Amino acid sequence: MHVASQILEGAFGAGPALDGWVLFLPAEFASRVQFGWTISVHILFAALSIGLAPFIVYFTWKDVRTDTERFSRLRSFWLKVFAVGFVMGTVTGIPMSFQFGTNFPQFSAVAGELIGGPLAFEAKMAFFLEAVFLGVLLFGREKVSDRTYVLSSVLVGFGAWLSGFWILVVNAWMQTPQGYEMITRNGMEVAKLTDPIAAFLNPRLPWMYVHMINASVISVALLVAGVAAYIVWKKRNAKAWNTALKIAILILIVAAPLQAVHGDAYGRHVENTQPQKFAAMEAHYETGTADLHLFAIPTSPDAIMNPSEENLFAISLPRVGSFLASGGDFDAVVKGLDEYEQNPPVPLVFWSFRIMVGLGFLFIALAFWGGYLTYRGRLADSKRYLRAMIAASPLGFAALLTGWYVTEIGRQPWVIQDVLTTSEAVSTTLSSAEATTSLVAFVVIYIGLVLAALYVLRWLIEDELRDLGVEESADDHWYGPLPEVASDD
Amino acid sequence: MIEPLVIPVDRYLHPSLPEIWFGVVMFALAMYVVLDGLDFGIGMLYATRDDDHDRETMLAAFGPIWDANEVWLIAFGTMLLAAFPDVYSRLLADNYLIALGFVLALLFRGVGPELREQREDEQWRRACDYSFVGGSVLAPFLFGVLAGSWVFSVGALSLPAILTGVGLVAVSAATGAAFLAAKTGPALAEEMRDLGILATIAYLGGVVVLLAVVIWTDAGGAAGTILSAPGIGIVALSVIAGLGGIVLALRDRYRAWLASALALPTLLSVLVALLLYPTIYPATGLTVSDAVVSPLALNLTTVLGFPVLVVVLWYFKFLYGVFSGPIEAEGYGT
Ligand code: HDD
Ligand code: HEM
Ligand code: HEM
Repeated sequence: MHVASQILEGAFGAGPALDGWVLFLPAEFASRVQFGWTISVHILFAALSIGLAPFIVYFTWKDVRTDTERFSRLRSFWLKVFAVGFVMGTVTGIPMSFQFGTNFPQFSAVAGELIGGPLAFEAKMAFFLEAVFLGVLLFGREKVSDRTYVLSSVLVGFGAWLSGFWILVVNAWMQTPQGYEMITRNGMEVAKLTDPIAAFLNPRLPWMYVHMINASVISVALLVAGVAAYIVWKKRNAKAWNTALKIAILILIVAAPLQAVHGDAYGRHVENTQPQKFAAMEAHYETGTADLHLFAIPTSPDAIMNPSEENLFAISLPRVGSFLASGGDFDAVVKGLDEYEQNPPVPLVFWSFRIMVGLGFLFIALAFWGGYLTYRGRLADSKRYLRAMIAASPLGFAALLTGWYVTEIGRQPWVIQDVLTTSEAVSTTLSSAEATTSLVAFVVIYIGLVLAALYVLRWLIEDELRDLGVEESADDHWYGPLPEVASDD
Repeated sequence: MIEPLVIPVDRYLHPSLPEIWFGVVMFALAMYVVLDGLDFGIGMLYATRDDDHDRETMLAAFGPIWDANEVWLIAFGTMLLAAFPDVYSRLLADNYLIALGFVLALLFRGVGPELREQREDEQWRRACDYSFVGGSVLAPFLFGVLAGSWVFSVGALSLPAILTGVGLVAVSAATGAAFLAAKTGPALAEEMRDLGILATIAYLGGVVVLLAVVIWTDAGGAAGTILSAPGIGIVALSVIAGLGGIVLALRDRYRAWLASALALPTLLSVLVALLLYPTIYPATGLTVSDAVVSPLALNLTTVLGFPVLVVVLWYFKFLYGVFSGPIEAEGYGT
């Protein structure tokens, strides 16, 4: 209980405001939790669409070209997943754009000139494209030519990648704002667009876009591999699913190492542009030379809330932090959190970052292990590997979420770095009662939505197994202790 | 640095660009009200059929188009944000629960039909049907309330706002009925015709009551606009379109009926634009020229956005072309 309230206070800085509440949460606190919660659910479905898009294009193309059972099976299965995920992405996306007005109207008013354009381009260029051609993809197989059909899948995928681009233009600008000047309009300080190229193609954008797209591909490859592993577990010779597993592993072998290499360089970019966030990621409390923690685990419960050096069992490279930050000087002084008046909640940022990076290395290991087994031709026989992949299927999404927590929570107290704080962005007319009501509604409804999506996935897998002629049997669970047979790998 | 690229930095591409953008935003609003209105109508009429075959037919009509139609809402919202950010933020912040209730209603409307197909289970299907129908009634109602309180600068719980909500529900039912009548077989078409006529009468009656209330109370100073020549013209055209539609429906000329039914929400949107202009947020007296963003931002959204908007209209022509045939339970015929 004590830790929970500390986390809440640490995370949202709402300590004093929290004291007085009985029934309703303070409007600012409720708005922030609501935004964080709704975007977390939305991003899961968005990443699903972005990552699944290339698979859909490939399966559709193969199906139309070769007309084999293998690819028509994969196409129809994953297209159903895509359709459900897309609808969920759509219905959770609209509340996102509404919340810019309902909960953060000051943010919209101050940044409207900068963010409105990209958001409108997103709707006009990406959402229409996706929605129109998904209609054709789902309902038009008999009504359009093969060529138009394949083209529709490409356009849907392109739309998903493009919507990611435009929304990240907005978010990247919030991290490294430029191309604007502050003016007064209708009695309010607002940002005026002065240089669109600088503003839209801001320094953070390429980093964020590559990292996010690749993260989505990794997450979906893990999901595909997990589902395939489960079906192969139940039916070793399911041809389509052996193929799917191999394709997913191949993608992971390329994408997972790329993510780590890219993430490392990305980290240095963050250090240069948002030193405060970087200090929080590394729990660098005091200005001075910085060590680099490669690996850290808390030695006591206290260390979770206060991840300072004395509290951690860490493998660190002394002064390498300084070396990296300065580009070659081990004695360079790195700014610590003590330089700032108000800091983000360090533990959340610190541990989120470590979870993401740790999972990233796990994915690399899984990818190469799978590559090795494929090479030896033993992929479908390794129970241990199939189990590991089944267990890992949701972990890509976990890494993706924690990565976003680093980005967004690490930027606090700012919502637009050095321009607007989150508390200034919150609605001034919003009452606690209203904010709490909507928060509760979003929590309840979105939990139902996520559960529904998971059930649908389960039903689709069950249907697929039935279709493959697999009999239900309880003794063949993929979890639990490994069976006695010692010959698997 | 942009100047050489033909985009002026400190003056609008055209002196009336702000007004043009007001028009574009209103156009997106009209597209949304008309097209998603069809979907809402299908959802409401769905509740009147308990025959499984009819229901499948209605879902087949709804499936390929609803999502694309709904994007007009996002286009409307984001273009409002891009051109008039203060209006976007005030409109939503001042109507907090209505706005979020509306998006949640849209959520239920959207996921219901999608989830329904995933399981052959009586109870599951019933729950999904409730979600679909409930969302389809509530969404246009709440959107109407939002629009009413915007246009007439009244609270959400006032008579003009609620009547606007009811009007939007009725007009959506009328267009949905005409759409289904035009696209399905004779048996279902006949049922839709009767319901559609009722909905049209309800809509015309609702509009009369709404206008009477607004003129009586002069909510938001709207009485003058309604009683002006363009105001009277729009109302008269609505009555003609409504009554004409009823006559066409009775003669089983469903395609022509659909055309006149679609005129109703279009005229309603024109009335909204007329009532707002030259202010754009009447409650604060904010005018189009007060609220508009600076020239560079607007010029840029114009140069990059207009061509895309034309392409979008082409997409719709394509989509409705692919799915132009009659609808059966198994999907679209040729
Ligand atoms: C599958 C997901 C995934 C995986 C395996 C990784 N990341 Fe990541 N990371 C993301 C998913 C992600 C993300 C969710 O997509 C973020 C949030 C914002 C962004 O651009 O990408 C992110 C952000 C992000 C940031 C920027 C934070 C900010 O903007 O403030 C850094 C420095 C890293 N990552 C570094 C890494 C490193 C060194 C990894 C080593 C393996 C790594 N990431 C793996
Ligand atoms: C790309 C577009 C995005 C925009 C424009 C955006 C905008 C914002 C805004 C306005 C806030 C301030 C409100 C608040 O403090 O809660 C915020 C915070 C937050 N965002 Fe984002 N966000 C984006 C993406 C994401 C994503 C993808 C995630 C993660 C899954 C995310 C997670 C969060 C969280 C957790 C907070 C709360 C931080 C805190 O209050 O301490 N955001 N973001
Ligand atoms: C706070 C920020 C965000 C807002 C306001 C927002 C808004 C929206 C809206 C309105 C939709 C519905 C579009 C439709 O009806 O077709 C949507 C869908 C989508 N969004 Fe977001 N979004 C945000 C964050 C993100 C992020 C961070 C990403 C990924 C990088 C993303 C990617 C997508 C994608 C791919 C879709 C298409 C639907 C799907 O495929 O699931 N969004 N978003």
